[in-house]
Amino acid sequence: MGALFTKDTQAIFWNNNASAIQRMLDYDYVINREKPSVAAIVAPTSGNKFEKFFYGPDEIMVPVFRNTAEAAIAFPKADVLLNFASFRTAYDVTMEAIEIKGQFKSIMVTAEGIPERLARKMNQAARDAGVIVIGPATVGGIAPGAFKIANVGGTIENIINSKLHRAGSCGLVTRSGGLFNELSNIISINADGIAEGVAIGGDRFVGSVFIDNLIRMESNPEVKYMVLLGEVGGTEEYKVIEAVKSGLIKKPIIAWCIGTIAKHFSSGVQFGHAGASANADAETAAAKNIAMAEAGMFVPASFNDLPKTIAEVYAKLTMEGTIKEIVEPELRAVPKVRRKKEFICTISDDRGDEATYAGYPISSVATPETGFGIGDVISLLWFKKRYPKWATDYLETVIKTVADHGPAVSGAHNAKVTARAGKDVISSLVTGLLTIGPRFGGAIDDAAKYFKYANDRGMSPAEFIDYMKKEGKTISGIGHRIKSVRNPDLRVSGLKKYAAEHFPSTPLLDFALEVEKLTTSKKDNLILNVDGTIGILMVDMWRALGYSELDIDGFIEAGALNAFFVVGRSIGFIGHILDEKRLGMPMYRHPTDDILYNVELADEI
Amino acid sequence: MAQRAIREYDGKAIFSKHWEKYFSGFHYGFKSVLVTSGDELRACAQKHGFEWLKQEALVAKPDMLFGKRGKNDLVLFRTNKPGDVTLEEAAKWIDEKIAHETILLTGQKGTLTHFIVEPFTPHAQDQEYYISATTVGEDDVLYLSAEGGMEVEEGWEEKVNEVTIPITMDDANIEHLIRANVPAGIPAENKERFIAFAEQFYKFYRDQNFAYLEINPIVMVGNDMHILDLVARLDDTAGFMMGEAWCGAEFPTAFGMEDQSPEEKAIAEADSKSGASLKLTILNPMGRIWTMVAGGGASVVYADTIADLSGNVADLANYGEYSGGPTTGETKFYAETVLDLMTRHKDPKGQDKILIIGGAIANFTDVAKTFTGIIQAFEVYADRMKAHNTRIYVRRGGPNYEKGLKDIKEAADRLGLYIEVYGPETHVTDIVRMALEK
Repeated sequence: MGALFTKDTQAIFWNNNASAIQRMLDYDYVINREKPSVAAIVAPTSGNKFEKFFYGPDEIMVPVFRNTAEAAIAFPKADVLLNFASFRTAYDVTMEAIEIKGQFKSIMVTAEGIPERLARKMNQAARDAGVIVIGPATVGGIAPGAFKIANVGGTIENIINSKLHRAGSCGLVTRSGGLFNELSNIISINADGIAEGVAIGGDRFVGSVFIDNLIRMESNPEVKYMVLLGEVGGTEEYKVIEAVKSGLIKKPIIAWCIGTIAKHFSSGVQFGHAGASANADAETAAAKNIAMAEAGMFVPASFNDLPKTIAEVYAKLTMEGTIKEIVEPELRAVPKVRRKKEFICTISDDRGDEATYAGYPISSVATPETGFGIGDVISLLWFKKRYPKWATDYLETVIKTVADHGPAVSGAHNAKVTARAGKDVISSLVTGLLTIGPRFGGAIDDAAKYFKYANDRGMSPAEFIDYMKKEGKTISGIGHRIKSVRNPDLRVSGLKKYAAEHFPSTPLLDFALEVEKLTTSKKDNLILNVDGTIGILMVDMWRALGYSELDIDGFIEAGALNAFFVVGRSIGFIGHILDEKRLGMPMYRHPTDDILYNVELADEI
Repeated sequence: MAQRAIREYDGKAIFSKHWEKYFSGFHYGFKSVLVTSGDELRACAQKHGFEWLKQEALVAKPDMLFGKRGKNDLVLFRTNKPGDVTLEEAAKWIDEKIAHETILLTGQKGTLTHFIVEPFTPHAQDQEYYISATTVGEDDVLYLSAEGGMEVEEGWEEKVNEVTIPITMDDANIEHLIRANVPAGIPAENKERFIAFAEQFYKFYRDQNFAYLEINPIVMVGNDMHILDLVARLDDTAGFMMGEAWCGAEFPTAFGMEDQSPEEKAIAEADSKSGASLKLTILNPMGRIWTMVAGGGASVVYADTIADLSGNVADLANYGEYSGGPTTGETKFYAETVLDLMTRHKDPKGQDKILIIGGAIANFTDVAKTFTGIIQAFEVYADRMKAHNTRIYVRRGGPNYEKGLKDIKEAADRLGLYIEVYGPETHVTDIVRMALEK
C-alpha cells in the first residue's frame, strides 16, 4: 500500500471527456510531471486514433482505443482507470477492466445512480480482485504534486490557492465532492495542505469506504494526520471508530459528520446525498460525532469550528516535529492563449539546422558511406523505425522485383498511350498509377490479407481453400498465366531463397506453400506467384520485427503493400514514358477492326 | 432518489406479471383493484374480469405507503361480521374516507386518496407466514417466519430466521442456505413448499431490483398463495433496465407529505425542466434566517451551522440548494422565490431578517454569472427587503468570484441594502456566526 498515486501514475480515461482530460494535463504541466497523466483514451464510438491536447504551450497526441483491453495492451503500466461512462454503462466498463488481470490498481467511477445491485456486485468484484474503486458518484481524488483525477480541485488558480499543487501532510477523505475543494482550502489555510485526498462518493454503495482510505493513509509516510468528513446516514464511520480503538489507526484523525440538522426534522426532508438518511439513531450525524469524539478523534463543537481544530492539531504535530516545513516547488505556468494546430507530422522535421527523416538528418542517410540504402529511408519515413539490414534488403528486393513487367500490362499501356498523346511525364505516370488496384497490382495486398486471415484463425490449408470457395473469391497470390511447377518463376525462387537464408522465420510463407501443394495438385499452374510471395513475406518480415497482428493488419489496411508496388512500378512506368518520348511516337488510335461494335437503336421510354 | 416506495397494488401487479416465470407450482389470483373513489370502484365492478367485486366479500384499505392500517382502523373487512363487506359498502366507505382529513396514530395527517380493494380471504392463523427481503450493509437478507401478521412483529427475535446472502453467491448455494435456515415452526407438510417459495421469492426480489419486499402475511392454502399485505421499495436507479417489468409503477410521495407549497412546487417544476439542480424546502415560513446556497454538501453544512449557532432551529426558514450551472434566468427565479417568501411575514420579535448567500469553492461554475440572477432579484425586492431589515451575508469562491463579490456588493450598496461579502479566505460557514453575533 502506501501512496494511492505517484508522479509516475498514468491513467486510461474511459470516455473522451476533453475538458476533464485537458485539466489533468494542465495540472501535469504546472507541477512538472515528466509524462502526462493520461496515457490513453477509450472511446468505443470514436473513429479517431488519437485526440490532441495542450501540454503547456504545445500540443500532444493522446491515443484513442475502441475498448479498454486494447488500451491496456498498449499501456501496460497505466494502472488507473478513470471510468467516465454513464450510469447505464459504468458497471460494464468497470467489470471489463477488473477482468484485465494485473492491469488496474484503482478504478474511479464518476457516474451517479448506478443500479444498487450492480454497484454492489461491482464493488465486491473489485475487492475480490484487490482493485480499489473510488466512487461511484464522485469527483475523484488527488495526490497533490503527483496525480489529479479529472476535475478535482477546480481551476488551476484554485488548485494553487488551495496548495493542491504539492504534497502537504494531511490525508483527506470526504463523501461529498462539492465540499472536497472547500476542505482542501480550509486545510491549506490552517495547515500545510493535503498529501492525498479522496471523495468516496455520494451513492449508497461505494467501492472504497472511509476505512479503506484511512488505513491506506495510515501506511503512507507522507500522511501525518487525517481529516474525515462524514455524513448523516450509514455506519461507515463506526468502522473507523473501531480501527482507532483497536489501534489499527494511530495517526490523529480530525473528524466531523455533516447533517446534524436532520435530527430536528422527523422525516421527509432529504438533507444531502442518496446515501444520506439515518435509518437508526446510530446513523445520525450527532450520534456519530459523539462516538468519534469518544474514540479519541478530534471532533470540533460544530462544523464552523473545524478550521480551529485543524489548526490546533497541525500546530501540535509541528511542535512535536512530526511535520516538517515544506519547501515550495517551482511551478510552470500554463499560457493563457494557446492555438490548436491544423496539421500533424510525425515522420520528418524541417525546423532545425537540417531536415530529418524520423530524427535522422538527411546527410546521415543520403550518401553511400552512411550505409543507408533506399530500404532504410523507406523504413524511416514509412514506418518510423530503423529496420535491420535483412529487412531493408528485402524491401529493396521487392522494389527491384516489381519495377517493370513489360509494355503490355494495363498500367504500362496506359502510361504509353498518354505519353503518345503528348502529355508530360507526371500526367503519363499518373494514368499508369491510377490503373493499380484490385485487378492490377492488388494481388499483393489481397494475398497478404487473406493468407494472414486464414493463418490467424488457425485454418488448415484445405479449410482455407474451402473458405475462399464459399466466399466466391479466387485466391490472390495463387496462379500464373505461363509459369507452373515444372517451369518455376525464378523471381519467386529468388525471394524464397532470400527469405530462407535471412528471415528469422517464415510461418506465413510456410503456410502458403502448403496451400500451393494442394492447389498445384489440382492444376499445375496454380503456383504461389510473385505477388503472393511478396505480400506474404512482408507479413513474415513484420512479424519477425515484433509488430503485433493488429499493427500488421493496420499496415495492410492502410495500403502499405500496395505502396511498395506503386514505388517500384513507377520506375518502370517512367521508363516506358521516356521510351515513348525518345522514340517520338505519334498519337495512338486504336484500330476499329479490333473493336466489336454492337450498337442498337435506343428504345424510347 | 435510489430506494423508493411503491403502492401495494403495484407491488402485487409486478408479482402477477412475473408469477409464471418465478413461482412455478404455485398459484396467485391477483384479484386487486386500485381506486380513488367509490364511483371508480363501482365502475370497475362492471368491467369484464372484475365480476368478483360483485360476487365476493371484499376488503378495502388505503394504499398510500403507510403501514399499521389495522391499528389505525383503516381496514374495512366487516360490517356486522368479518367477511360480509359488499361492493356498495366498500364504495361508501371509500367516499367517507376521502371526504375529510385523516390523522394517523403517528400524527401524520392528510387526505386519503388511493384505496386497494380485494376479496376477503378467510383463513386460519396457522396458514399465515412471513417473508421479506432487503439489503443490510453489502448483503441481501431474507427474513422467514412460520408466523405472520401482527404476531411476527411482536416476537421478532425468536420468531424470525435471518438468511444473509452475499451479493456474489450463486443460485445453488443460495438454495442450500435457504433450506438450511427454514424456520422450525413450519409444519412438516408445508416445509418443502415453503422452501421452494422462499427461494423463488428471493430470486424474484433480486432480479426485479427491489430494495425491500415484504409480504406479511402470506397465506398458503395448498399451492394457492394469497398475498394479504405487501410493502415494497424499488431501486429506482435500475429503472432504465427494467422497462415494462415494473408495470409502470409510480413512486408516490409519503402520506402527509404531499402538501407542498406552491413555491416548492414551482421550484420542483423548474428543477425537472432544467439540466441544473434547484431544490427548495420550506421548514418554517416564519423563520428569520433564509438561505440561498450553492451545492448539496454546502447546503447541509449551512443548515447544520445555523441550527447549532442560533440555538433555535425554528430560526431556519428554508433548506435548499442550486447547483450544476443554472442559467441567469433560473437563478433569478430561484432568488425571487426565496426573497418573496422571506418578505411575507414580519418577524414576530421584530428581529432583522438574515439572508445567507453561501457556497463552497465552485469547481467550474462562473460565480459572477450566477450572481447576476441574484442581483436582478434584489432589484425587484429591494424595498420589501429593506422593510424587513434584511441583512445579507455572502460567501463564495471559485471561478470569477472576485468579480461576483464586487458586483453583488455594488448592487446592494446602490439599492441601499445591508451586505457583507467574503471569499475563500473566510471559512465557508463563518458568515452564519457573523450574522448571528451582530
